[in-house]
Amino acid sequence: MPAASSEASLPELASVPWRQRTDERWLRRWGRIWGAWTVAYTVPFIAAGVALIAIQPLAAPVALAAFAHAWIIPELYAYRGASVVRPKGPRNEAGEPTAQGFLGDLLAHDERDLQRQTGLAMQRGALGIWLVGEGGALLVTRRRVHCFCVRTTDPELPPSDRVAHLLLALREDEQGFATVANHAFAGAAWRVRRRLPKRMRPALSAARE
Amino acid sequence: MDGSGHTTLAEWTTQDDAAFQAAVEEFGGQLELGYIGTVPEGQGKATHVRELPRDADLVIMRRPIAGG
Repeated sequence: MPAASSEASLPELASVPWRQRTDERWLRRWGRIWGAWTVAYTVPFIAAGVALIAIQPLAAPVALAAFAHAWIIPELYAYRGASVVRPKGPRNEAGEPTAQGFLGDLLAHDERDLQRQTGLAMQRGALGIWLVGEGGALLVTRRRVHCFCVRTTDPELPPSDRVAHLLLALREDEQGFATVANHAFAGAAWRVRRRLPKRMRPALSAARE
Repeated sequence: MDGSGHTTLAEWTTQDDAAFQAAVEEFGGQLELGYIGTVPEGQGKATHVRELPRDADLVIMRRPIAGG
């Protein structure tokens, strides 16, 4: 391979020089921050609801509203996280069959089948198992799923080409890829899974096996 | 990779200097357009290249990525 003319870091890192490189430590820290944040905005609503019922049982409807907030807000965050891999942008149906074939060439047999079934390309990395979509990626680690919003700068590409762009960048430099991407959410796999389109859920299950 | 799925820009062999030179010029033109040269290496690895490697089986020109 052309070692003299190649480099290990992603060239796009030059566009985000202020960002700390995303490594395992960074992911653990942000996983803990997201966990603490979830507790911080859930517990007060539950406590308020319990207190309202204890003080005045007739306030039960208000307490129910507080409980609903405690349920809905974490769901909205999980929805935001899962949405990074939802299909988006032009379908470009004329170029898609060619792009799909090209993407298939980049994937091994099982990963190719999974991508065609779910729309997500699985890539095993040092940080965890990646599921790459058209405009984002999920990083499945032992305890959490990290959701990254990342896209190619040419939105007119066929969907499979958009996946292939992200996959190649990920393969060039995994930590660089995660650094360039915007971290949208981190949480338990079951929270993300519930908000994924049904078609994509088997990919998350496969990544956790 | 482009809007048509993908387009073959150049083909060369290690023995064909003229074809390789034409490929180098095409590669340079694509870099000026903002594309990034990537050599897939199998087993989930790829390498960013700034110069066209003569011995590579395939070089893919991709667009830069950015946070969404």
